[in-house]
Amino acid sequence: MNWDPWIPVLVVASSLLPGLLIFSLAEERVRLRTVLNLLGAFIKFGLVGLMAWGIYNGHHYEMRVALLPGLELVLRAGPLSLLFVTLSALLWLVTTIYAIGYLEGSPHRSRFFGFFSLCVTATVGVALSGNLFTFLLFYELLTLATYPLVVHRGTQIARQGGRTYLIYTLFGGALLLLGTVWLYSLTGTLEFTPRGFVSGLGAEHETALIIIFILLIAGLGVKAALFPLHGWLPQAMVAPAPVSALLHAVAVVKAGAFGIIRVVYDVFGVETAASLGVTAPLAALAAFTIIYGSLRAIFQDDLKRRLAFSTVSQVSYIILGTAIAGPIATIGGVVHLVHQGLMKITLFFCAGNLAETLEIHKISEMNGVARRMPWTMAAFTIGAFGMIGVPPIAGFISKWYLGLGALEAEQHWVILVLVGSSLLNAAYFLPILYRAWFREPPSSWPADHDFGRKETAWALLLPPVVTAAFALGVGLLASLPFSPLEWAKLIAEREFYRP
Amino acid sequence: MLALLTDIPWAIVLILLPLTAGMVSFVFPRLAKGLSLGTVLITVLAVAGLGWQLHYIYGGTYQHAIGGWGAPLGIDLHADGLSLLMLTLTALVALGVSVYSSVYFTREQAIRFWPVWLFLLAALNALFLAADIFNLYVTLELLGLSAVTLTALLGGKAALDGAMRYLLATLLGSLSYLLGVALLYHSYGSVDIAILAARVEATPAVWAALGLMGAGLMLKTALFPLHFWLPRAHASASAPVSAVLSALAVKASFYILLRLWLAIFSPLAESAASLLGVLGAVAILWGSLQALRQTRLKLLIAYSTVAQIGYLFLAFPLAVATAMPAWNAAAYLALSHALAKSAMFMVAGNLLRFGSHDRIADLDRVVQRLPLTASAFALAGVSIMGLPPSGGFIGKWLLLETALGQGRWDLAAVMLIGGLLAAGYVFKVLGHAFTEASVTHVAGAVPRTMEWAAFLLALAAVLLGLLAAPVLSWFDLSEVAGMQGVSP
Repeated sequence: MNWDPWIPVLVVASSLLPGLLIFSLAEERVRLRTVLNLLGAFIKFGLVGLMAWGIYNGHHYEMRVALLPGLELVLRAGPLSLLFVTLSALLWLVTTIYAIGYLEGSPHRSRFFGFFSLCVTATVGVALSGNLFTFLLFYELLTLATYPLVVHRGTQIARQGGRTYLIYTLFGGALLLLGTVWLYSLTGTLEFTPRGFVSGLGAEHETALIIIFILLIAGLGVKAALFPLHGWLPQAMVAPAPVSALLHAVAVVKAGAFGIIRVVYDVFGVETAASLGVTAPLAALAAFTIIYGSLRAIFQDDLKRRLAFSTVSQVSYIILGTAIAGPIATIGGVVHLVHQGLMKITLFFCAGNLAETLEIHKISEMNGVARRMPWTMAAFTIGAFGMIGVPPIAGFISKWYLGLGALEAEQHWVILVLVGSSLLNAAYFLPILYRAWFREPPSSWPADHDFGRKETAWALLLPPVVTAAFALGVGLLASLPFSPLEWAKLIAEREFYRP
Repeated sequence: MLALLTDIPWAIVLILLPLTAGMVSFVFPRLAKGLSLGTVLITVLAVAGLGWQLHYIYGGTYQHAIGGWGAPLGIDLHADGLSLLMLTLTALVALGVSVYSSVYFTREQAIRFWPVWLFLLAALNALFLAADIFNLYVTLELLGLSAVTLTALLGGKAALDGAMRYLLATLLGSLSYLLGVALLYHSYGSVDIAILAARVEATPAVWAALGLMGAGLMLKTALFPLHFWLPRAHASASAPVSAVLSALAVKASFYILLRLWLAIFSPLAESAASLLGVLGAVAILWGSLQALRQTRLKLLIAYSTVAQIGYLFLAFPLAVATAMPAWNAAAYLALSHALAKSAMFMVAGNLLRFGSHDRIADLDRVVQRLPLTASAFALAGVSIMGLPPSGGFIGKWLLLETALGQGRWDLAAVMLIGGLLAAGYVFKVLGHAFTEASVTHVAGAVPRTMEWAAFLLALAAVLLGLLAAPVLSWFDLSEVAGMQGVSP
């Protein structure tokens, strides 16, 4: 029997089943819950590794189930899917360890980990979707599964944050649904195809296609926090730190950005999109979001809010790379999907460590904190330098290819945006680093939880150090096979050069 | 053994069994609970058996002349894909409601509940199997009266007030319908649907009959603006009864309307289709807005029913051009709404039992304290909002696809706005269920059976979304819709 079609299903199931089991566990079954979580995460990681190896050797992973006449649920692992799946699987594993440490002793952990696993399931589903219909299904599931995590703490502020989140995302979901159904009624297919499937439509549908493009991008732009649809992201920071880390640095915002990549490349196709004249405005909007997010970040004193606005800015690099619509810029945008995830999750982990260990939430409280927590702040520093674009950290690679791509596509204004944004990144990250490393620490911290000789619990310390090492590693070793950059090149090649 | 099972006339079992069981349990109240649960279980089997017979023996349509007297003299039973759909929906909800009721009522209430509930079940099954418009009237009246009795079951001012409104509305509706029946009988000398379908022409009498029957059925279905009786009646009844009323009772009159429309009236009145569509659209918006405004959970759920009924009527104008996807959408919406809404009313019953109130703002951390009930509400809500992967989503997708295919942007916009408003009222409840209320209250015990009944119904509504292909081919509506004379 050929097992290949079942592997993508198993990848989805490896977080779904533990999640459902965890829901039914009593609160005090800590060990069993931890085992289930880690087992699922390791199995998923192993399966993803298997798929990567398989695709390299020419295997084809695809599962189809008919849902309605003409509509199928399709899970398929291509290079682009695999890039996102690998990122999600790796970061789920790391974040699970972090969350176990972070939530130790706090209430409702079964519910938390249950929904957490559902979120990862939805993210992996988004990544593996082989058509827009399947994508929509998992995309909405992600909205639903994230809501309980945002309101997890059950306070009035959490409820407000959750409400804002829902208003934005459900509205976006409705636009996406409208665009998808409309597209389906025109083309009769929703299958993701390299270089798109809409080019066969005649010129009389041009206006309709432009509106569909706007609808889809608006629906996806909500999750990708594209200006002016970004308002939910800073508010959703009321969620516990692991949620902010995985969901708002990786899963949710990336699902939006990934969707935009899909729409531009595999629904419309770059050429059709460019000839419709929709990529240039998208690039302009992304560029504006980059600058705007950075500017807003400078004025935040709350650490998580500053990081949230930084996310707003950084995710738009991906969109910018996509919308420049040239092969090299595509590499930059796609690779940033991974790079930004690694760097931003590091930063959020560190912010969580500060909050959990010393109850520091504000940047103004961070004077000299590096002396108390050197490892945490070292990881933070790598993440921050990476965001600014200091070589050889991952962020530099993304910006380098974005810049080259812009020159190749003769869009010189992008260079200005990149430079300006890098300066702004420096303007909001360097003061934090300066405070942490060079200012005198205060006589006492807001609170100081003692962890013996370690600066904090190992489960909290290990994840940021690992992800920081990855952020450094993917930059240093970018030209090795299987590095994110090499995958991104493969994806760009498939989109632009394959016959 | 298998041959025996396939030979049983399941359609007759579906009518006679609950009727007999109802009478027996009226006489021997001590047997009532066991008898009813057994009856409902057999009903589920009987529907499955009938479905099997329809598919593999009768080739889609089943016709049975009781006592060998065929129409126009005798009474015929008729079953096809549409009947099967409604019977299945009834059996599933009835199973959930019966399990729920077996622990919900006090001994005193239960004595009165079971016989009436079984009569209601018999009426519903007979209604979905009736082949002529007079039998439809008889079963509709039996249904209405037993439903009113169940509404008044709890006693007290609110219940009696709600039941009284319901009684007046349902009598008025039946009367109007009966007048229409009389007109048609007078003009064409038959009440058999098939015979009428062959004979009717666009005469003033037929128009009057259409108007009278349509208005009566719309009143009973609670289509805007004739929905005024529904929120009070549904909100004041006990939880399992509200579930039955919202999930099944309104669907029965909708079924008659749909049946008459497909068989008799649709060739005559395309303009009526667009009127129904407009009323449906207004119902969606008005019902959802009202639901959003409510502060009591049961009223919120009741107004949500007003809105959801609106979706069913959007299929009428869309089916004029492309019949099949539109009727499939309506079927799917009806099925998933029945499951989801009965689950929601059961959740309301659980919460009422838990906190002795249903004020939404004071739902005190229900998510933590009754996780199963809260997840039942959430799952049912997913289907009501029409989010994937629920049955409601499939229905909405099909409807939206049809609307966009015909360029009906107005209807598409209404559907999307309705979905967003539904999300508004569902998450309003869920948000409060997560947070601590200012007033804490002593928690009453909620039996696990009640929690599981609600949860499983809600889960079924969601899983329905993943089974669209087999479900749609099992309830094959193409032949029923084919009577309309417009093929897709």
